[in-house]
Amino acid sequence: MTPLIEVRDLVRIYHVRHGLFGRPTPVRAVDGISLAVMPGETLGIVGESGSGKSTLGRMLLGIDAAQEGEVVFDGKPMPASRTLEWRKLRAKMQLVYQDPLAALDRRLTIATQLSEPLEIHRLIPREHRAARVAELMNAVGLRPDQATRFPHELSGGQRQRAVIARAIASRPKLLVCDEPVSALDVSIQAQIINMLRDLQQQHGIAMVFISHDLKVVRNMADKVAVMYLGRVVEEASADVIFHSPMHPYTRALVSSVPRAGIPLQGRAILQGEPPNPANRPSGCAFHPRCPLARDLCRIDAPQLKTVGHERTVACHVTAGEDARIAA
Amino acid sequence: MIRFVLVRLFRALITILAVVTFAFVVLRMSGDPAQVMLGPDVPQDSVDAFRKAWGLDQPLWIQYIAYLKSIFTGDFGVSMRDKASALRLVMERVPATLQLTVPALILKLVIGIPAGVYAALHRQSFADRGVILLAILGFTIPSFVMGLVLVLIFSVMLGLLPSGGQDTWMHGVLPTITMSIGGIGILARFSRSAMIEVMGQPYIRTASAKGLKWSDVVWSHALPNAAVPIVTIVGFMVGSLIAGAVVVESIFSWPGIGRLLVVSVSNRDLAVVQCILLIIAATMVVSNLVVDLLYGWLDPRLRSHTGH
Amino acid sequence: MSTAAAKLVEMRGLKVAFDSVQVLHGIDLDIAKGEAVGLVGESGCGKSVTWLAALGLLPGKASVVGSVKIDGQELLAAPRSALEQVRGGRVAMIFQDPSSSLNPVLKIGRQIAEALLIHRGLRGEAAKTEAWRLMDMVGIPDVRRRFDLYPHEFSGGQCQRLMIAMALAGEPDLLIADEPTTALDATIQAQILDLLTSLRTETGMATVFISHDLGAVSQVCERVCVMYAGRIVEEGMVDELFAEPRHPYTRGLFDAIPGIDGPRQRLIPIAGTVPDPRNLPKGCSFSPRCPRAVEACNHELPQLVSIGRGRQLACARPVPPAAIGAEKRDRIAEGMMY
Repeated sequence: MTPLIEVRDLVRIYHVRHGLFGRPTPVRAVDGISLAVMPGETLGIVGESGSGKSTLGRMLLGIDAAQEGEVVFDGKPMPASRTLEWRKLRAKMQLVYQDPLAALDRRLTIATQLSEPLEIHRLIPREHRAARVAELMNAVGLRPDQATRFPHELSGGQRQRAVIARAIASRPKLLVCDEPVSALDVSIQAQIINMLRDLQQQHGIAMVFISHDLKVVRNMADKVAVMYLGRVVEEASADVIFHSPMHPYTRALVSSVPRAGIPLQGRAILQGEPPNPANRPSGCAFHPRCPLARDLCRIDAPQLKTVGHERTVACHVTAGEDARIAA
Repeated sequence: MIRFVLVRLFRALITILAVVTFAFVVLRMSGDPAQVMLGPDVPQDSVDAFRKAWGLDQPLWIQYIAYLKSIFTGDFGVSMRDKASALRLVMERVPATLQLTVPALILKLVIGIPAGVYAALHRQSFADRGVILLAILGFTIPSFVMGLVLVLIFSVMLGLLPSGGQDTWMHGVLPTITMSIGGIGILARFSRSAMIEVMGQPYIRTASAKGLKWSDVVWSHALPNAAVPIVTIVGFMVGSLIAGAVVVESIFSWPGIGRLLVVSVSNRDLAVVQCILLIIAATMVVSNLVVDLLYGWLDPRLRSHTGH
Repeated sequence: MSTAAAKLVEMRGLKVAFDSVQVLHGIDLDIAKGEAVGLVGESGCGKSVTWLAALGLLPGKASVVGSVKIDGQELLAAPRSALEQVRGGRVAMIFQDPSSSLNPVLKIGRQIAEALLIHRGLRGEAAKTEAWRLMDMVGIPDVRRRFDLYPHEFSGGQCQRLMIAMALAGEPDLLIADEPTTALDATIQAQILDLLTSLRTETGMATVFISHDLGAVSQVCERVCVMYAGRIVEEGMVDELFAEPRHPYTRGLFDAIPGIDGPRQRLIPIAGTVPDPRNLPKGCSFSPRCPRAVEACNHELPQLVSIGRGRQLACARPVPPAAIGAEKRDRIAEGMMY
């Protein structure tokens, strides 16, 4: 099966100026990422601030251009952003992100906004649009009377449903979700997550689910990639990664999730601060905080190596020399 | 730091040059100075002679280059009307203008900012609504209307204050007040909105939660943050210390730069007009530069962009 | 349970209204000296408003009635000077977004020293040294240099540590942490929770931990109160409440949280949404969303009553204790989506 979307050695650099009068320094927000998502599959991307996961999400959609590497969607390279081919591709790939109020136009009714993708991509003749909008609203659990409401008249969860309805209106093949439930209450999160999974299964949509909330990712994703400072440090199926994480960072992340009944003292707590992408440590970017760091880690940045069935880790200590380098 | 200042200075010079060029071109294109200066009944020969004497018969760009050259040697030209050095004429009038604009600026600061801050701290009260209303009236009523109304009330009807000229300090009262009213309104409104914005910030709640006295919360925590936007507006006002008095000086026959400018423009007294505009542009630009530098001191976040 | 002598905070009938919309409907809560209590709930439940009202930090147009006593001293309607002494000196509060909760134009050392001056009368070198000690205690490296830095030069996690240092400056008896880790990265959250726990052991101060994250609350607290729509609906010791939640809302919260251990499974949400305070349902506020509701629940508001062993519950038809395991998969919640 060919992947729906594939990225190879993706790099994104932006420039940051130090002080009012300094020279701009390049910052590698995404530093050589290779990933693939099969049709209908959900890839979860986890990481903390500075990991570059949101930048990666935007690059998958072609919103941010790559300085190196390539994005291949449906067998074809991603067109440059804002060109005609790129705009046509929007129908097949959509973005849902954290703040639904910002994603919706305050002055348009919900029904108008849901039918916008249908108009823009001319997918459905005018007479049938209202029916399709009603169908979409039903699919995400919005009531028919909410069609004439404005975004500020809905609750946070309802707004996010509207955003998702709009995103699936054009029957996309890929949905990139960047922290879609982080701003919602716990009970509503569960509703939205279930809904996303149902929609995905019904329509065979592939999903890239970006989040810092491991619990949510665990329940959404088929496979998970863990990012640290612009690179993938571990990738495996969700079951494997949460059950037996290999990379020291993944282990720290998984153990940092507070679990009822298990006191903190017994667990390993990662010390230090999330790194500043403008000030990248030498060698393995994680070595200043890593409890297992050796001399080699300070000098040489580890490559992703295959350590099992569809499982890769980038670590000198836990994925030793006998593991093969991942393609 | 040096690079920052140099870049700003360079831009400032470009701005001044642009102003001067604009004035230069427009003055010469919008009417023949010779004709205006000599009057309509004069024979053509005299007009031509005049033009030749003042170099007005040369192509525009030659006049322009000549002018720029003379500026760099400190020669700002000669008034066509008075035959005196343009620079000297202008500088003679600066003190008179400052006698109005500096006290007006002080009034604006001393009344406008506290009024706005008080209104922000007592929202929805009568004081707040009163301040907003007065502020709006202050900056929407044109200064000439304001000036004439004040003259009507205090000179004509009450006979308390003189209406024109520069003889005693009492002559300066009405013009100063007229000049300051608009600025008081603007500053009050801006200070109010700046304070309201700041008071809604999370760090103000932290300061209260620490147990700080309310007055300390306002003085030590809120005002330093509100200062940044307020300083911007004050910077503009300082910049127009020389330029801002044109209308008022005309109404009150105050012998300052503003009046000189009006007179010189209608006479097409080119050198004087250009000189005045150059000085005004320079003052504006320098005060903006100072404000820019002041920002760095007021808001530490602007000093470095390396936040984590 | 706590005797009257060991009670630090005694809150009775606390009600808060904004613009005649009631958001808090009468909170009764006791905090014993040195105790760690969690306040859990979703948006609009009033968990933050409770303590902002207690300290008088709500805007003037909020109407606050009831009684909040700290060591017998009444806080509500106390004169401003008395409140200013209590704030920071006896009860300190830290907030959710640490990067925005520190004044950006003042050096961090100055902000800590301010608290030291007001509550402990320390000035100059003495204040500086003590500020260093506090910054050290909360895990800030290189304190002498960092004393003169501005808040934007610290990361989010460090800002929260600095807020904690500032809160400790007044040597308070009670620290109220309002969603202190919500805006932080996962690994930093764990560090801050760890810090709060160890500080409590070191200083013996009581803690109120406000959060929507049940897991985080269970790490730090001994006792938990669950709030919904402006009322406490369940209260109990952490171990017991987590093992056996009795109120359907508490049950619903636990079920709705995705687990990280175990296989991937469909989540069990709570149907519906949190009600608008202007339009609360009649009777029990949770009844429209409650899978166990009966007709009576729409008419009668259940009171918070003690059901023994320190447990309090406001429910007419609580989840029966024995059937917890069996019920887990039988929820009918999915039918309604909104």
